[in-house]
Amino acid sequence: MLYIFCPHCGSRSQNEFAYGGDATVKRPELNKEISDQEWNNFVYLRKSPRGKHLELWHHISGCRQWIKVERDTSTHEIFKTYKADELTK
Amino acid sequence: MSQDFRLDNIGKVNRNKKISFTFNKKKYFGYEGDTIASALIANGVHLVGRSFKYHRPRGFFGVGVDEPYAILQLERNNERDPNIRATEQEIFEGLEVKSVNCWPSVNFDIGAINNFLKMFFPAGFYYKTFMWPPSFWYKIYEPFIRMAAGFGEASIKHDKERYEHKYEYCDLLITGSGPSGLASAYAAAKNGARVILAEDKPRYGGSLLTSDVNIGNQTGAEWSEKIITELKSMSNVIVKNRSQVFGYYDHNMLVMSERISDHLPKTQRYLPKQRLWYIRAKEVLISSGSIERPLVFGNNDTPGVMLSSAAKEYMKVYGVLVGKKPLIFTNNDSGYETAIEFKKNGVNPLILDTRKDPSSDIISEAKNLGIEIKFSHVVVAAKGYKKVKSADIAKISDNKKDLSNIENIECDCICVSGFWTPSIHLASQSGNKSEFNEKIDAFIPKKSKQKEHTIGSANGKFTLEETIKEAFDKGYEISNKITENNNKVSIPTVVEKKSTEHDKFWCVPLPKGKSYKRFLDFQNDVAVTDIELALREGFRSIEHVKRYTTLGMATDQGKTSNLNGLQLVSDIENKVVPQVGHTTFRPPYTPVSIGAIVGREVGKHSKPTRKSPMHEWHEKNNAVFVDAGVWLRPRYYKQGNETLFEASKREAKNVRKNVGVCDVTTLGKIDVKGPDAAEFLNRVYTNAWLKLPVGKARYGVMLREDGIVMDDGTTTRISENHYHMTTTTAQAANVLSHLEYYLQLVWPELNVNVVSTTEQWAGAAIAGPNSRALLMKLFPNTDVSNEGLPFMGYKEGDLFGIPAKIYRISFSGELAYEVNVESDFGNFMWEKIIDIGKEFQIQPYGTEALSTLRIEMGHVAGSELDGRTIPHDASLEGLVSKKKDFIGKRSLSRSAFTKPDREKIVGVVPLDKTTSIPEGSYIVKDPNAKLPNPKLGHVSASCWSVEYDNPFSLAIIKDGKNMIGQKLFAMSPLKNKTIPVEIVSSHYVDPEGKRVRA
Repeated sequence: MLYIFCPHCGSRSQNEFAYGGDATVKRPELNKEISDQEWNNFVYLRKSPRGKHLELWHHISGCRQWIKVERDTSTHEIFKTYKADELTK
Repeated sequence: MSQDFRLDNIGKVNRNKKISFTFNKKKYFGYEGDTIASALIANGVHLVGRSFKYHRPRGFFGVGVDEPYAILQLERNNERDPNIRATEQEIFEGLEVKSVNCWPSVNFDIGAINNFLKMFFPAGFYYKTFMWPPSFWYKIYEPFIRMAAGFGEASIKHDKERYEHKYEYCDLLITGSGPSGLASAYAAAKNGARVILAEDKPRYGGSLLTSDVNIGNQTGAEWSEKIITELKSMSNVIVKNRSQVFGYYDHNMLVMSERISDHLPKTQRYLPKQRLWYIRAKEVLISSGSIERPLVFGNNDTPGVMLSSAAKEYMKVYGVLVGKKPLIFTNNDSGYETAIEFKKNGVNPLILDTRKDPSSDIISEAKNLGIEIKFSHVVVAAKGYKKVKSADIAKISDNKKDLSNIENIECDCICVSGFWTPSIHLASQSGNKSEFNEKIDAFIPKKSKQKEHTIGSANGKFTLEETIKEAFDKGYEISNKITENNNKVSIPTVVEKKSTEHDKFWCVPLPKGKSYKRFLDFQNDVAVTDIELALREGFRSIEHVKRYTTLGMATDQGKTSNLNGLQLVSDIENKVVPQVGHTTFRPPYTPVSIGAIVGREVGKHSKPTRKSPMHEWHEKNNAVFVDAGVWLRPRYYKQGNETLFEASKREAKNVRKNVGVCDVTTLGKIDVKGPDAAEFLNRVYTNAWLKLPVGKARYGVMLREDGIVMDDGTTTRISENHYHMTTTTAQAANVLSHLEYYLQLVWPELNVNVVSTTEQWAGAAIAGPNSRALLMKLFPNTDVSNEGLPFMGYKEGDLFGIPAKIYRISFSGELAYEVNVESDFGNFMWEKIIDIGKEFQIQPYGTEALSTLRIEMGHVAGSELDGRTIPHDASLEGLVSKKKDFIGKRSLSRSAFTKPDREKIVGVVPLDKTTSIPEGSYIVKDPNAKLPNPKLGHVSASCWSVEYDNPFSLAIIKDGKNMIGQKLFAMSPLKNKTIPVEIVSSHYVDPEGKRVRA
């Protein structure tokens, strides 16, 4: 079971969290004309890298904040965790 | 009653407390502190089971977790427990155990005929022998194999014992209380670290209990007693015996099973039988020691052949002799310790040492004691069927290939020592890639992947002095890193006998003309010939060889067999062991009972049960409940002998005719607050929200980004920046996460907060033509007229002193209101409604009537919004704004979602107006069409329409809009029904929606 550092609460066991997928996906802006292809990429296409992966976790049984976790998908090593508003370009 | 094999003046069992138990229905006795194994051996019993495949007699091989043979079935307090290791299970008064894998008895076992049918049970026989004809499998082969194989029978009764889970954190977890475990725990604890020390046996000390050493001028056993006593007294230390750390998982999470009551006749009150510990440790020291390796020779599975360390432990810990004419067969110095112990207890052993002329302290001591030693000698084969009676021994040539001077000598046990195998299981589970150490012919841990270190003999260190020093240093070093304290304890001096190198010899060649079975894996009956065959058949990867031959696959997971198997494969392949590699070590290290894994999450305890504040009222009024997620909701209120169908019809009718009340507390409720709340809802819902005035409710549909309907419900503007959102019971948690996702990650600029208020409000839906009249009596000071509180209106009212929220919304399609009060007043509200409603013929109604009412109104619910439908399919396209953007909107313009013949919701009525249509039925044009019959869609929900008194269903079918009026068929292959039906509008009752606005 992973041990995830929540930037709001501290280190907590994985069973307090829900997984939220790739954290680098950016939702297209509202009211913006975009192609089927672009929309399709946003809704369905995800990379499945072996190695470092920036992903979302929801501290669902804790502070209810969504956080970003940089994790190695093969070793489960967690390098760093961020608040939701960090790492936004 | 004396015991023939019990020694008088040695051992740690309590001689003052005799304990009687039965084995295969025969009564025996032992002493408090005995295991089943030690007590039986004391009574001279060695035959305890039959082997897995050939049903050969089985005795005892080890003295702990590595035991491959003595697997028994236990009866305790009327509970049946299979797969008990006799070497671990302590005896208690009244214990009943029996042998497994034998019939009719362990002495005369029919299955032993397999021994003479060996040719049918070669490696991989599962894949060969029972393959043909295929029709024989279910009726003949499988039942036969099931009867013949397997260790013990699991109970099929409900397990009444209690098991618990516990979560614990510590600075340092130490697995094993041998010399390295004790020393490191002591050093770390003295330096202020929070330490957990786990020992799988009842007694602490590990090898110190049996070895002849001296630490700090005390015997090993005295020193360990002193250290453990001090550790137990320290508040920063948890010491646990009978506790096996069996799994090493991610991020230094280890799991330990503690056997709290297994050694007692009955679980004590307030204590569980077993407890499973989830331990998150900052650092882990693996001090799990090592297990002696067997030597391979003919019939080496005969009862009486056992590990020499086990023989020593039976003497020193239990005061039990495993034999009175022992033969010690060794390739290293360890066997000498056992021989010396025999000698000290008045028994003359004979040592066969494979080495030519070794010399060390301990060999000299043995010689001085007058123990007979034959160097360059081996056991060729054990003789005797149910117990060793003699052994053929021989001189072996220097190249270890040729045997000479074969002679038969009498003996009653053969104690083997093929050197030591470090227990690297936990280290390996942590991700540590092991490496082969040539010096000890075994694998040891390499570089740590997680925060773990392996110390002592588990790390291939076999001298006590080195072990103790390293353990003290490590304990200090780790604790210093965590606590930053500098309290260093001094390392005691160690006195031990120096030993010399072991012989790289492990398998005795067969003498000419002999074909003795030489076993590698004792529990699964894997012999040298099986591995040879697998390799001849082309298996190369050690993982494949393992699965094909079942080497190392039994409940002991090859603790004694793995390395000899690898040696054999590498010898035949002309490789070295590291090239062959070892199979993966997976948790659990030892079998764990399912009860411990499940813990207290049994039956209704596996999830919380949510009840509304009105639950007790429902119970008192004969409600029959139904699970709605984790909620319990009244399905119907039973009157007399009513069936579900009759009761729900009565309740639904009463709503249409008079007035009914339904507990809607379970609906998800979310408070949405903030200056940007309107804008947020406008993005979340498909319809427009910016212009909703205060005091008004609106029905909304929300989508996922892929355009599929996620949930629906009404949201009410309570005040300028405050909305009260409702969700379906099932989706409440998902919707909240969904909203939080968009607020925190996608649109953080919106100033909005959301919080669940589901449990804060109790809700009652009052529905039916009499509902307004009732409401006027409930809220005499509030204007609830059609003008004062119009459809989709909202008002706050005073319910006999209790503040209430009144929403004029309707799921039933009738004139209806939902009244919410704070949960604590839920029952008060409910009783008032029932009480005052009497004059209006009020009846409570359950979810079954609720479904009937919504189905005949064509209101969609979970069965239509099933994760596959877009708003169009549920006839909700009118709620999809063309002007604004919202979550999932872009998906709706994809071609599959805009096809003209896309599925749409319709109503379905059977032509005979009497046959109910099973939910899930297919709608087809031609019931006799060639299979697979092209389906137009499926029936999503069915009810008995109380308005028209005939069956009515909702269905989602292709081009539904244009199908209305058509005569089709509903087919249910499951129920074997074909029903001619007519397609009608989904709004079967009051299609104009006049009633809700009345």
